[in-house]
Amino acid sequence: MSKQQEKRPLLEARDVSEVFGGLKAVSDFNFHINKGELVGLIGPNGAGKTTVFNLFTGVYQPTTGEIRLDGRSLTGKRPYQITQMGIARTFQNIRLFSELTVLDNVKIAFHNHVKYNVLEAVLRVGRYYAEEERIEAQSLRLLDIFHLKDKAGELAKNLPYGAQRRLEIARALAAGPKLLLLDEPAAGMNPQETQELMEMIRWIRKEFGLTVLLIEHDMSLVMGICERIYVLEYGMVIASGTPEEVQKDPEVIRAYLGGE
Amino acid sequence: MFKGMKYLRKNDAIMLGFAIVLFAVLQGLVTGRVLSSFWQLNVLIIGINIIMAVSLNLINGYTGQFSLGHAGFMAVGAYVGVVLTTNFHAPFVVALLAGGAAAAFLGVLIGIPTLRLSGDYLAIATLGLGEIIRIVIMNIEYVGGAAGFKGIPHLTNLAWVFWVTVIALFFIKNFVNAQPGRACLAIRENEIAAESMGVNTTKYKVMAFAIGAGFAGIAGGLFAHCFYLISPASFTFMASFNYLIMVVMGGMGSITGSIAGAFVVTFLSAALASWPEFRMIIYALALIFLMFYRPQGLFGYMEITNMGPFRKIFGRPQAQKLKGGKADE
Amino acid sequence: MELGQQFLQQMVNGISLGSIYALIALGYTMIYGIIKLINFAHGDIYMVGAYIGFFAITQAGLGIVPALLVSLVTTGLLGMLVEKLAYKPLRHAPRLSVLITAIGVSFFLEYTSMYFVSPTPRTFPQVMDNVAVNIGGLVINGQQMLILGITFVLMVILTYIVKFTNTGKAMRAASFDVETAQLMGINSDRIISITFCIGSALAAVAGVLVGIYYNSIDPLMGIMPGLKAFVAAVLGGIGILPGAVVGGIILGVVEALVSGFISSTFRDAAAFAILILVLLVRPTGIFGKNTKEKV
Repeated sequence: MSKQQEKRPLLEARDVSEVFGGLKAVSDFNFHINKGELVGLIGPNGAGKTTVFNLFTGVYQPTTGEIRLDGRSLTGKRPYQITQMGIARTFQNIRLFSELTVLDNVKIAFHNHVKYNVLEAVLRVGRYYAEEERIEAQSLRLLDIFHLKDKAGELAKNLPYGAQRRLEIARALAAGPKLLLLDEPAAGMNPQETQELMEMIRWIRKEFGLTVLLIEHDMSLVMGICERIYVLEYGMVIASGTPEEVQKDPEVIRAYLGGE
Repeated sequence: MFKGMKYLRKNDAIMLGFAIVLFAVLQGLVTGRVLSSFWQLNVLIIGINIIMAVSLNLINGYTGQFSLGHAGFMAVGAYVGVVLTTNFHAPFVVALLAGGAAAAFLGVLIGIPTLRLSGDYLAIATLGLGEIIRIVIMNIEYVGGAAGFKGIPHLTNLAWVFWVTVIALFFIKNFVNAQPGRACLAIRENEIAAESMGVNTTKYKVMAFAIGAGFAGIAGGLFAHCFYLISPASFTFMASFNYLIMVVMGGMGSITGSIAGAFVVTFLSAALASWPEFRMIIYALALIFLMFYRPQGLFGYMEITNMGPFRKIFGRPQAQKLKGGKADE
Repeated sequence: MELGQQFLQQMVNGISLGSIYALIALGYTMIYGIIKLINFAHGDIYMVGAYIGFFAITQAGLGIVPALLVSLVTTGLLGMLVEKLAYKPLRHAPRLSVLITAIGVSFFLEYTSMYFVSPTPRTFPQVMDNVAVNIGGLVINGQQMLILGITFVLMVILTYIVKFTNTGKAMRAASFDVETAQLMGINSDRIISITFCIGSALAAVAGVLVGIYYNSIDPLMGIMPGLKAFVAAVLGGIGILPGAVVGGIILGVVEALVSGFISSTFRDAAAFAILILVLLVRPTGIFGKNTKEKV
């Protein structure tokens, strides 16, 4: 990695480690992602991929090291503040607002972009009506992109699995992020759905000018879409680089195929 | 795409019309002495209990924080109110608002530390706080201590209760149908996801708690001025349980449900006043069987405005399908 | 010196009262440990235990020990029955539903009892002579010695059951992780049932002892001690048996000191203040370990 020749990265992690009761979930983790990049984070089960996401989004605080977004430290920030700063995520184990409608799921994520205050809301004066209309229109547009518009009135829990995963991405986008973190977005999808999803991710990245970091289990899938890949094992980066480089790396081959 | 949010204003207008008619009927029953004084008092209590149930529902149902100390906030509003009217001859409206504000302030004060707790721990902590409030009041000589506060002017009447209830319903319904309310719903559904969507969960939990407490305080003021004397014994956690029963019966997350719950429970209490044990046994069995067969309560997350025939009157043009579990009366 | 003596006297009173909290708290903590339920009805089980003891002494003319045994067995069975009828059907329901059910059960026990035995308090019969030991001005009366003695014996028995019997081992396994325990061939329904039985039996003993100590019982007597025993369980670290005992005794002592040196009206407030303080400062209690939620 030659960081010197690149401009300042959008997100950067320096020597981050996370210790849970004596157990190192992530250690000496160094990472960066530049604006507009699509980067993959792969590794065997329990390698610490989701822990990295939780560190990036403030769910966990790093035991040592520092994470910076756009040069601003994320240390001590709570998850909602990090979302306000421009990181949105999806969850490996889907966390939708299951008893609410699909439309409301997306509307909630507009939280930081609503321009009326509590008083205007309860008295229904001022910007309330105009803003509600705007949020609804924008939410429906996002649902349209993810082929969910006709399901807007259904409860999120009643959606099929693949649709729930798409709704999670739509909801994350509604938060208006610069950096989108996708945690196994294709888990449980069939090959055709996966293919469509990858197309969709590529498209939204261009359309919304996003930077995307995704965790995936399926190597072939990550290889096809990501520009750069980090490989984690036992909480440590064992390789990073372009898909071609990573694929040839003996450490990666060992980690995935077992010791030679 | 459908046009405008005008249907919301139309719904509010329909509801206001309905409220005026209902008020006229009730006032007629009172003025015409059709209702005995016992039932007249109970009409007032129903209104007060509706405010209590709906405000508790905002905390327990919509925000998913299980509070068992609602009577404590009611007590604060009641005592602040009676001190202002009796000792300082303040106008009733000032007393009500001051009581509400005091309760809301206490709600913020208590909410910030305790709302970090979840589920059953929060339940027991709020129960404890409600009791602490009551015990503290019991030890303040200025307000009569355990014997109670005497000489309260009889200021509460049907008009006061009715229109304050309408305002409370309007306020809370609008709250849950706007972004702050959606943030609360998100917290109920999944706190971690809500936080990840940019919702400052602490802020909105405290906000819901403070608004709920504030209305409980106002209800307390109305309640206290129905009587000549109030005592801390009216605000034990048994009273909090009573409000909880109303909310659970009606449906945690339904304003219609809370109204129905408040009505049924108050009516049952009045009708079975001479058999208090039976009343409580009925509540007990009702709670248990509800949890077995209909844990979401009578109304679940539904509102009368999106049920059956009423949907035609209140529904949104061309987009009725969009109405899911939302409150819009 | 006067103050010092008064302090010691309040300590003795507090430890006696605390032993009773400890007996109730053990049931709370065992039940919470296994099914994660604040069994709001536990205090009412204790009340039923007191009434059974009362009737065993007054109607059947039994002595104190046989009366305790009758109360212990009957109430233990009642605990199992309550679990089977009210909680077992909700095994996979949200925890809040079970909590609300527990509140319902609590009301049910209180007011059906009230219907049958009337709301008026009963005077518990004098079952022992007014003996008192005086150690340099410090008075320990017979009731207190009885409470301390019986509590001690029950603790020893309970420790034996939990540590050395197969059932006890299964209980510990189940409180660690019900599902895994089940995979290991433990019949979790049976273990939960036994837990309710033991917990209720301990509460019954506490009920009878309180009757002897305070001479008075009534159908709503279980509410406050029930809540306070829960506070004791939380204070010690919920799910941890020695924690419940230590928590109970601390709570009893604090209450005795507050009523002795400040005002008895603040006694109940002290318990709740402790609860809130513990939950805020150290929610896992004195003996608890910290855990992190998995996201």
